[in-house]
Amino acid sequence: MEPVDLDFEEADLELPSEPMTLLMGPSHPAMHGTIRMVLKLDGETVQDVDIQPGYLHRGFEKMSERGTWSQVFPYTDRLNYVSPLLNNVGYALAVEKLLGIEVPRKGQIFRVILGELSRIADHLTGNGAIAMELGAFTPFLWFLKAREWIYEACEEQTGARLTHSFFRIGGAAFPPTEKLQSQIRSILPRVLEVIAEGESLLLKNRIFLDRTQGVGILTKEHALGMGASGPVLRSAGIDYDVRKDKPYLTYGECDFDVPVGEDGDTYDRFMVRSEEMRQSCRIIEQSLDLMKKIAPGSPEDAVSITDPRIVLPPKEKVYSTIEGTIAHFKLIMEGINVPPGEVYGYTEAGNGELGFLLVSRGGGNPWRVRVRGPCFFSLQAAHDMIRGKMLADIIPTFGSINMIGGECDR
Amino acid sequence: MSKLILERLKAQFGDDILEVSSFRGDDVAVVKPSRWLDVARFVHDDPRCDCTYFVDLSAIDNCDPRTDELDMDDRFEVYVIAYSVAKKHRVRLKTRLSGDEPRIASVIPVWSGANWMEREVFDMFGVHFEGHPDERRILTYDEFKGHPLRKDYPANRTQPLVEYRDGTFNKLGPFLQDEGMPLNRTVIPDERQ
Repeated sequence: MEPVDLDFEEADLELPSEPMTLLMGPSHPAMHGTIRMVLKLDGETVQDVDIQPGYLHRGFEKMSERGTWSQVFPYTDRLNYVSPLLNNVGYALAVEKLLGIEVPRKGQIFRVILGELSRIADHLTGNGAIAMELGAFTPFLWFLKAREWIYEACEEQTGARLTHSFFRIGGAAFPPTEKLQSQIRSILPRVLEVIAEGESLLLKNRIFLDRTQGVGILTKEHALGMGASGPVLRSAGIDYDVRKDKPYLTYGECDFDVPVGEDGDTYDRFMVRSEEMRQSCRIIEQSLDLMKKIAPGSPEDAVSITDPRIVLPPKEKVYSTIEGTIAHFKLIMEGINVPPGEVYGYTEAGNGELGFLLVSRGGGNPWRVRVRGPCFFSLQAAHDMIRGKMLADIIPTFGSINMIGGECDR
Repeated sequence: MSKLILERLKAQFGDDILEVSSFRGDDVAVVKPSRWLDVARFVHDDPRCDCTYFVDLSAIDNCDPRTDELDMDDRFEVYVIAYSVAKKHRVRLKTRLSGDEPRIASVIPVWSGANWMEREVFDMFGVHFEGHPDERRILTYDEFKGHPLRKDYPANRTQPLVEYRDGTFNKLGPFLQDEGMPLNRTVIPDERQ
């Protein structure tokens, strides 16, 4: 038998040898509207990729230099807008490091509890998005249902659902409400149940496993050199968590594990986040117990320090005494007088090490606020996860980095 | 934190380490610009420093345009932070550059992650990195003029890619000069407006 294509001209059969350039984003649904990828494709294989961030650049660092130290808090909410309380904590701790002050014990535990709640909300969103981008919409909705309970708990404590601006230099805006213990203790088991339910839909699912295992691999050496942090770094097998390696607040007193992956693929990143949520629940439960042990009325039983040069006086004093009015006016109009110096304060945020390099020249304004957004580093590392792989694998790989535009582009 | 790295650096490089400090537990070494890459490589490769984890690279503008000359010496401080996961210590290396044509060697050969950070410093401060394979703007766009994080760049200057509409729809920049600002704000007038 003769081959059917015998009559065809050779030229008709020739496939294009030049790689095709494809622009992906910024209006591609998986690119969050803030990233453009210029892909060089050979068929369906990505030969090279140029990742272009910056579509959400708002000038965070320049804006911070114009206001007082306290006026940076609303901007930090909008860095990683899935876990704003963790950013509040990170910035507050950095300024407190520069001032050389420490928050009372109850305030520290309060920061840990709300921070870990935010971390669970962040990871629920991240993991839900990975599943959704692979077509599994149900786990995403279930995870968001659990996230809603967490937002309700945060709303009860801070008064806002998303952009809390809750923590202050030297403490918090308000002490915890009476519902703190009962509300959080009631949602934690339900959140754990939802995580288990969502996993039960995914972890035995052939499609999910095939599309995540062995896809988007980041090697150990690369993760270190690229400065990837958080779940992306830990999934590559490196045991580095700021909460463990340089404990801040009351993390040193809590018993929790740091999950570490093996292969550094999308599946490992999903699993590391899943396990971190369970560990966060453990931390919150222990912290609630620690908070109960504080004797009422003791110096530890306060969320803020009382230094009138740093913390705003209570409103009753502002409206009834001249000292209170003056202290309030000076703090609002001139800002906190931070002594000259330069520090790098870092905490473990939802996506990894969130660092603030603060430079003060004295007076009420920051001279420089540099934020090390962990996403920016992970996104840079994504170049090597994507290159040489299939076009369709970009979506879950990119989703598993949990790129948050606000933090990446600042 | 351990001072081991600072001692190692002083023993290895002597006078090329201009200053060391440990303010609030942050170990900082100020390096001569000419030895920038060597010091970075030493911190990365030396088995006792072992700072293989790249944490951050950025810059600080030390020029106050109200009092200082724009091309002053030591205007820009470029720093890199490196960490050792095994030894749990970190160091901040700094170098000071003149305000006139700031240039420094790229540390990409040491930590590949410095690529985007150096692009960002070039974009925001106009510091050039010698040996950088891909020195493009990263957060702003190619048509952008000036370097926004320099202190002489006015915070209220706008550079829209598409011109604002005229007439009653008078869209203003993100900030007016005095809007929502505290008393002791730093205001640098924009001579273009």
